[in-house]
Amino acid sequence: MENTDPSLLPSIIFTTAAQLVDCVDKKLLVVLRDGRKLIGILRSFDQYANLVLQETIERIIVESMYSDIQRGVYIVRGENVVLVGEIVSFTLFFGSVAFDLLLTYLNLKDPEKENSIPLREVSLDEIYAAQQDEIDNRRRRELTKNSKLIDIGFSIDTQQEDMY
Amino acid sequence: MLFFSFFKTLIDEQVIVELKNDMSVRGTLKSVDQFLNIKLDDVSVVDEVKYPHLSAVKNVFIRGSVVRYVHLPGAVVDTALLEDATRKEAASQASKMGGR
Repeated sequence: MENTDPSLLPSIIFTTAAQLVDCVDKKLLVVLRDGRKLIGILRSFDQYANLVLQETIERIIVESMYSDIQRGVYIVRGENVVLVGEIVSFTLFFGSVAFDLLLTYLNLKDPEKENSIPLREVSLDEIYAAQQDEIDNRRRRELTKNSKLIDIGFSIDTQQEDMY
Repeated sequence: MLFFSFFKTLIDEQVIVELKNDMSVRGTLKSVDQFLNIKLDDVSVVDEVKYPHLSAVKNVFIRGSVVRYVHLPGAVVDTALLEDATRKEAASQASKMGGR
């Protein structure tokens, strides 16, 4: 495995490593296949996009409400990763109006990136209730759709489980 | 490896990546790797009301395994060249098989 031949370097430019290496030690939003959103600092990764996140919080978002849960260190298996996003707007994540004004003043803020849907922080109980409502609604819609499909002669043999 | 090479020719183009969860992300293709993992810059989600969590994100790494479609600008795809490359790839595969 000792490969120090510099002529081999161009071939590894287009690898997962090269794509994620800029994200190390940065605060990232990771969306998982089960719909979870994790926000944490990327400390390590590999070619499968297995990730190590530090100081992770899980953010549950339902419509315009959100709530955070402190989680700590995560090792995420790569197959569960949907996307990894680098967080730039500090307003949504730190909610500081003064910081927001400073960024606007310094012209650092991209108006296109302005959060068009301001999220409101609510308690965990509230978000769990809202989340349950959303799941129930989805299930109800799915059942209605399936029964309509069965009526016109389709057979339903798979249940949609990915909800990210 | 053909699609990997093909995507490399599309770097710096505007694309829309549709994921298997029906979410679509628009952005500038910045890099792609052998698993067709995609990195996009200056991203915006097509249905931002439904996915508010991405409005604070500027660039994303999307795992190749969750991609359903990549919408490309038609003008940048040279289909004749692509057909040619496909034939060449098929031919080289066939000759490799024959050599065994």
